[in-house]
Amino acid sequence: MKPPASLAAAAWLAALAGFAPIPSHADDADHAPVSGSAFLSPELKAMQADDFANPGMLWVQEGERLWQSAGPSGKACASCHGEAAQSMKGVAARYPAIDPASATLVNLEQRINLCRGRHMGETPFGYETNELLSATAYIAYQSRGLAMHVETGGAAAPYYERGKTLFHTRQGQLNLSCAQCHVDLAGRKLRGDVISHGVGVGYPVYRLEWQSLGSLHRRLRSCAFGVRARQYDYGSDDAVSLELYLAKRADGLEMDAPAIRR
Amino acid sequence: MALAPTRIAMPAEAKKGDIVEIKALIRHPMETGYRSDARGQSIPRDIITNFVVTYAGEEVFRMELNPGISANPYVIFSTVATESGELVFTWTDQKGAVTIDRKQLTVTA
Repeated sequence: MKPPASLAAAAWLAALAGFAPIPSHADDADHAPVSGSAFLSPELKAMQADDFANPGMLWVQEGERLWQSAGPSGKACASCHGEAAQSMKGVAARYPAIDPASATLVNLEQRINLCRGRHMGETPFGYETNELLSATAYIAYQSRGLAMHVETGGAAAPYYERGKTLFHTRQGQLNLSCAQCHVDLAGRKLRGDVISHGVGVGYPVYRLEWQSLGSLHRRLRSCAFGVRARQYDYGSDDAVSLELYLAKRADGLEMDAPAIRR
Repeated sequence: MALAPTRIAMPAEAKKGDIVEIKALIRHPMETGYRSDARGQSIPRDIITNFVVTYAGEEVFRMELNPGISANPYVIFSTVATESGELVFTWTDQKGAVTIDRKQLTVTA
């Protein structure tokens, strides 16, 4: 004889609870986030570490060319900044940061475009264009192996608070916050993949799913899509605030851009 | 997509008779033509169709590429060092646009 449906359901729930106890919503301080690179397969780790096999290096190489190429204004990045290996070392590890002239928070992509507008008389590169990805990848590459450290006080404080709120707010039809997966369940499986700690130390990354390099904001949009929430606009205040909060969570972690992710 | 960024790794020097490993990478979307975008419109096919390498004027490697090959194709092959000369790497896409890269190989006795 079949057991009553309610009993079966109770047994199923108990089995489920026993199999995968959902941890209580923990504080960030209890966790030590690690780079998403830690969750890669040995093959992908080797691919990321090999500067030739890593496809992200195609963009770094392109960025190196852009660094030297002057536009109609006659100025290139190199005209003011010289050798990127020296002048850009550690820069990406400090972003997002406050732009003193406008007192707003800008990420690396926006900083590149501000510089192009103010000092080079150029039009900004569009978000996710190969040009902007290349320039970002080239600059982020100069900070490889250096520790992330962003400033969250002063004018950045409201952005940090906004980012923190967004990270812990449930959103979308699935009604999930970033923290529910990336803090509480980090290191566990989501279908065939391992949930990362959600620290953006490898961005821009070459994602196998994208078959291309992509920015952190593209990744955030994918996450929002995944929980069926409204996607952040590229370069929006909300996206940059969240980027700042993620960067603060990654405090002290080594940068590994351009990283490879699934 | 002419002048796509390319990367080539190979030794600059080799002994005569040595087997030389050559790695070539090019940035290209390799769009299959079977996918559709968010509006349901099909994305037109955009692939590299041919990759040819000549060494001192002689063809040493030829490859036909198809829609099943991933974006940013990465090819590793080997050849025997016979004489000092230039390796010319030529990628041709479906529209006939050509990307060329060159590397010198010096062969010692």
